[in-house]
Amino acid sequence: MQSTAHDFKHNVDDALADPNLQDSLSKLKVGFSERRRQAAERLPEFEALRDAARDIKNHALANLDFYLEEFERKVAGLGGHVHWAPTAADARRIIADLCRSVGAKTVAKSKSMVSEEIALNDHLEALGIAPIETDLGEYIIQLRHEPPSHIIAPAVHLTKDQVADTFLEHHRALGFTKRLTERNDLVAEARHVLREKFLKADVGLTGANFLVAETGSSMLVTNEGNADLSNTLPRMHIVLASIEKVIPTLEDAAVLLRVLARSATGQESSSYTTLNTGPKRPDDLDGPSQYHVVILDNGRSSVLGTKMQDMLRCIRCGACMNHCPVYGAIGGHAYGWVYPGPIGAVLTPQLIGVEEAGNLPNASTFCGRCESVCPVRIPLPNLMRHWREREFERHLTPRAVRQGLALWSFAARRPKLYRRLSGLANRLLALFGRAHGHYRTLPLAGGWTRFRDLPAPPAGGTFHAQWARHGGARTRP
Amino acid sequence: MSPTARSQILDGIRRSLHRGELSGAARQAAEARLGAPPRGPAVARGQLPPAERTVLFRQWAEFNNATVVRAAPSEVAAEVAAYLARNNLPAEAAMAPSPQLDAYDWAGQPMLSLRRGAARGSDHVSITGAFAGIAETGTLVMASGPDHPVSLNLLPDTHIVVLREADIVGGYEEVWAKLRQRYGKDRMPRTVNTITGPSRTGDIEQAIELGAHGPRRLHIVIVGE
Repeated sequence: MQSTAHDFKHNVDDALADPNLQDSLSKLKVGFSERRRQAAERLPEFEALRDAARDIKNHALANLDFYLEEFERKVAGLGGHVHWAPTAADARRIIADLCRSVGAKTVAKSKSMVSEEIALNDHLEALGIAPIETDLGEYIIQLRHEPPSHIIAPAVHLTKDQVADTFLEHHRALGFTKRLTERNDLVAEARHVLREKFLKADVGLTGANFLVAETGSSMLVTNEGNADLSNTLPRMHIVLASIEKVIPTLEDAAVLLRVLARSATGQESSSYTTLNTGPKRPDDLDGPSQYHVVILDNGRSSVLGTKMQDMLRCIRCGACMNHCPVYGAIGGHAYGWVYPGPIGAVLTPQLIGVEEAGNLPNASTFCGRCESVCPVRIPLPNLMRHWREREFERHLTPRAVRQGLALWSFAARRPKLYRRLSGLANRLLALFGRAHGHYRTLPLAGGWTRFRDLPAPPAGGTFHAQWARHGGARTRP
Repeated sequence: MSPTARSQILDGIRRSLHRGELSGAARQAAEARLGAPPRGPAVARGQLPPAERTVLFRQWAEFNNATVVRAAPSEVAAEVAAYLARNNLPAEAAMAPSPQLDAYDWAGQPMLSLRRGAARGSDHVSITGAFAGIAETGTLVMASGPDHPVSLNLLPDTHIVVLREADIVGGYEEVWAKLRQRYGKDRMPRTVNTITGPSRTGDIEQAIELGAHGPRRLHIVIVGE
């Protein structure tokens, strides 16, 4: 998909001014995050499982080539095929060729963020192959021609009324002429419409939460059952997965599954967790006759062995965005590409370039909630800090910010000057602001005061002055 | 498959990891891990004697919106018929062609019409067995094969599962062991579905609605000996 990450500031302004989005986001704070907290509390071993999950992914990444080859060997042993795609274009071509090899007209798709990453739908449509998103959230946004705004809840930015309007517009031609008002009716209508499409689809395309090297299985976690219809009804099943999805064994999968659902939706377990291994066996009564796995790199292998490798542990649960105050204020679309929230701010500069997406990691207060809930303990604030440094090094930071930082660092390296300046600023701010206790406007601080008041400093001078007055130590420890 | 694309990715990984093909002690460790997979931290609530496992299975299955009853083998067919009647569902079902299910007293339910085979889009009710039940989360495990078409787990609105009490295990790890024992680790069934409650979605305003694509109702009949 076309990135608008370079326009991040503008996207944020739009998001903050969108009442429907703000209404939807207000539900996020009490939804996913509260359910995650309860699920974690119900399982005393949760923190130990997070440590184990981190270690499993680290081990898999350190031996990634070995486990990928082992996975390929096992898939081939059961009559499946593994295809290697160094780039997004390679993956698009491989999938299009597979679809054409069976004369596919329609592809039933189960939600796959990697397919968003490689802009698969546009490519298939251009070739006259209709991709049908079957996850309810993905289906809604496909009808609206929007990208997903959340990695596990792609339509979380929409209200029920918006969904009702979208269905009325698109389902009218199918004979559904009544505007629905109840959620269960909307779900039932989508089920009915999509069921027909499932039964007619030539190819089922799914992502994978994990690839299990030990058995050559792709593992998929869903709640709706759409992925399982996609991998059972059509005659060809294509799995699209990136290289870091491979894990060694089923035992490792058990650990990761225990933290995945709880971190994502606060469920004890998602409704459906499915292992697919190869095509239909000769005596099976259903299932696809062809099973293909497309393994995508798209720049990930170059992250291995660097400070940024930790980002490849991500299991795409969405907990970081569910708990992020910035995501909670602006939603996912503002981030401008496929992956939003803290993990998006870390992945996007890697995948599409720091020139395009260097501003995303700046949208963080480093409050650390994302790291504190990450099931595989990715140090997200540290990784964002890394990107800020890269952005600064490459002189991509705006001139005013660079000059401001230069001035500040000049003063900060001269303690006497710093104290004199900060004392002066403190007195000035106190002099003009103390009557009200806050400032509504302030020169050079419009970015702050446009949305909130700046508190006036309390009486007693700067922190340094108060520290000295109370007899605090002046020497370094 | 292009060998160059394959080596491009694998060589890229090795270059980044500052090594050649995995070798020596690291390779042995990885091979050993595949041969005898180490288990992660034990989850205490899954470590129970068999009788308590059934109670825990039932508790979590119900927590996840399934309905659960117990029955003796001689009562299974009658329970299925009674469940359909209680819920005003048609007395017609697609049933997995499995010897386990065939052994129940379907002849004693003349009003119940059964068709054995894979599911069709028009089926409202399916009846299947299960490979295992996981007490830790109230999860059913289905292994595909000639006696258990996958579509029966997914297409109908109502899925009735007959689970043998002896097949209820504590956690996932015991299911993996059972799968390796039954099929061999190189010959997994085409599909292993683990199912926890009916199909659901939270995609509209994060409110949970049942019956998104798979069954709206999941009814589990636990059969004792």
